[in-house]
Amino acid sequence: MTTHPQPGSPDKEPASEEQAARTALGDTERAQLASTPTALPERPTLGRLFLENLWAANTFTVTLLSLVLAMVVGAVLMIISDPDVLATYAYFTARPTDALGASWGLVSEAYANLFKGSVFDPGATTVTAALSPISETLTYTAPLVFTGLSVALAFRGGLFNIGAQGQATMGVILAALAGFLLPLPPGLHLLVAVLAGAVGGAVWGFIPGILKARTGAHEVINTIMLNYIAVYFLTWLIVQNGVQDTRRTDAISRPVDASAQLPRLFDEPLRAHTGIFLAVLATGAVAWLLNRSTLGFELRAVGANPDAARTAGISVTRTYVLIMVFAGALAGLGGSQMVLGTTAAALTPLVVAQIGFDGILVALLGRVKPWGVALAALLFGALQAGGNRMQSYSSISLELVTVLQALIVIFIAAPALVKAIFQLRAARAARLQTSLAKGW
Amino acid sequence: MSTTAVPDVAVAPVDEGFWTRTRKVGLVLVALGLLATVLFGALATDEPARFTFSEDAAGAALEINGTFGAILFGLLTLAAGGAMLAGLPKRWFIPLLAVGLVGFVLSFLCWQVSDAPTGQNFMPLVNIVRGTFLLALPLIFGALAGVLCERSGVVNVAIEGQLLMGAFSGALFGSISGSVWVGLVAAAVGGSFISLLLAVFSIRYLVDQVVMGIVLNLLALGITGFLYERLMQTDAARYNSAPRFSNWEIPLLSDIPVLGPALFRGNIFLYLALLLVLVIHIGLFRTRWGLRTRSVGEHPTAADTLGVKVLGLRYRNVIMAGAVAGIGGASYTLALFSFTKNMIGGKGFIALAALIFGRWSPTGALLAALFFGFADQLATYLGAINSIIPGQFLAMLPYLATILAVAGLVGRVRAPAADGKPYIKG
Repeated sequence: MTTHPQPGSPDKEPASEEQAARTALGDTERAQLASTPTALPERPTLGRLFLENLWAANTFTVTLLSLVLAMVVGAVLMIISDPDVLATYAYFTARPTDALGASWGLVSEAYANLFKGSVFDPGATTVTAALSPISETLTYTAPLVFTGLSVALAFRGGLFNIGAQGQATMGVILAALAGFLLPLPPGLHLLVAVLAGAVGGAVWGFIPGILKARTGAHEVINTIMLNYIAVYFLTWLIVQNGVQDTRRTDAISRPVDASAQLPRLFDEPLRAHTGIFLAVLATGAVAWLLNRSTLGFELRAVGANPDAARTAGISVTRTYVLIMVFAGALAGLGGSQMVLGTTAAALTPLVVAQIGFDGILVALLGRVKPWGVALAALLFGALQAGGNRMQSYSSISLELVTVLQALIVIFIAAPALVKAIFQLRAARAARLQTSLAKGW
Repeated sequence: MSTTAVPDVAVAPVDEGFWTRTRKVGLVLVALGLLATVLFGALATDEPARFTFSEDAAGAALEINGTFGAILFGLLTLAAGGAMLAGLPKRWFIPLLAVGLVGFVLSFLCWQVSDAPTGQNFMPLVNIVRGTFLLALPLIFGALAGVLCERSGVVNVAIEGQLLMGAFSGALFGSISGSVWVGLVAAAVGGSFISLLLAVFSIRYLVDQVVMGIVLNLLALGITGFLYERLMQTDAARYNSAPRFSNWEIPLLSDIPVLGPALFRGNIFLYLALLLVLVIHIGLFRTRWGLRTRSVGEHPTAADTLGVKVLGLRYRNVIMAGAVAGIGGASYTLALFSFTKNMIGGKGFIALAALIFGRWSPTGALLAALFFGFADQLATYLGAINSIIPGQFLAMLPYLATILAVAGLVGRVRAPAADGKPYIKG
């Protein structure tokens, strides 16, 4: 993904067309222009510059248009899966307004609910109801920031950490165990539980790191395998004596003590918790680590070119291990939020949901930059929160959110495609700045 | 392995000094043998362990005293390990390894079967073999899809998504049309659809193939889950009641003891899987297409110089792989179950493991898939006899085995050289 020509990109075409047009209309006008002293080419105004840049293939525009494209595909899926609306297309040529009206009604209502569930509901009457969408969004965002940062950090070092899911699983296990097994005072208990989560993830990241460093075993394969080992370990652990909730027969562990839970930001019905502050702190820390610290420099050097880094005296093996330990710790922290926050209070087989895999998408969408990752996580959190409302109010399955998320990332991963569809002007950036070790 | 990218981290000691790879593996086998002899032998009871040639306790059976069997087979493993340590020639490596591992498994089984509750001290071999193949089926198809893709240089992490899409479209179109054959074709098309996306984005738009694979898995999960909830859950009779292939009995062959009832009274997918292994094996290693595919996967520039259309071949193979995986997905929905959300549940990743464990070859993938299927079936069996071994740990076995294989502890695995590298002509 480092260097490749952009095939089929309409680079410079608009410019040359413009020139062609100018020369074509030139001859007659040139005489007039030459006679006046203001013959200098006109400087583009600020507004025009803004517009030009807006329609150029920069990071922001490509991301926005990817979102639009994804929502268009999502709308098509909604329409073709609704028998009532589909029926109106049977007589489309006779009365097209029926079909278009029904489709618009369905799609606009669904996306309106997506917005109302994640940002603001104009119909809210109480303060709690008004804050509720934002609160939900932040609740979903916090763990995604961590897993996104985990994947992004590894990316920058040239490693593809697909194991954020497994690392989060180990994190949630240790955090929960510390949360209900250790009798500690409030405050300290929370600190220990959070750190336990980080340690769990770090251990699970260390394994592929050391295997990569020592034997060259590809981290993609090993992290995939470790994901599943972690899940089976979790399902085994939950039903063991001392872990399983004694009042229950199904697979659920004892709940985490109140002293180990992250404090809420608002009062009871609102779920947002202080995990979001930890997420912001972690983003800042990773940004500092990557851009300001020696380790970050070495990490980026190894990611850019391991051979050159080695020649420069950087220990590639040590860097690989450290990257994976840090990435694992971040994912473990993300996992710990799932049980120390308000999402759940006890271990279940599905307690980590999809946060590890979503983290991969978040990292890619955030262009593997810490603050970009945080924003991407916010978008994904909003989609998740809005998806819940969309499901209950317009009975559009929550799975549509997964489709939207996957499509957005597919489109931003191939900016050439978005550029071609919208005939964007060429611009710098807009490409994933990752350099992965190719192949297995 | 990405040895070319990071040479210094990929230096594993290759047969240096006394501790050659054979001796290391021998040491592991000796440890396993000791474990089996002492621990399994001590835990096994004096009940006879019966391995019946049928689906229940009746009929002919192999029978052995539990303690005696556990110790005997444990000693066998010990002997195989000892022979390796003694430094036997290299050509004995594979047979000895096989003897050692089989001995360990048998010792383990003697313990487990003899230790089962009274009246259940038997293991129905027909059930075990049939279950092994049944559970291995999607793995075989998935791993073959991986072989087709990766031998031509495109990493296929999207096997999970291809299986899922195949299962879904097989169920959907099979139900709508009421025909198993339409369902089968639709499944192949569904799998190819995911493959086509993988091909276009990784070959045309040069998106990283692993990234694309992961994203496509999520896309397939989302699309099938969404349409499942919208269509199949609301009107299951119309959209999710696909007809199923019945079992075909092959005359003569089906009378072979154990293997006959287990293998030759199966459905079309079982025969198709075995046939595909054969076809792809011959295709890869005996035909012009295979030579070209392998050369494109190893050194596309050289292949291009000799006039092979690299990108065209990659497109074709990747799409074919999708069709194979799609049919694998249909082996669920057109033979066993109706479609449910995320019904593949990670089988695609075990198939990926089987592909790697089987060293990117069709026959290797088949054997690895069968091994993983056996581990799965064994977990079910042990659960049924209330074993103290948790099923979850047996379920981990495929993944652990793959990690060990990739780390070079059990032989080296090496991917096609150009696997995952986009080819840019010029």
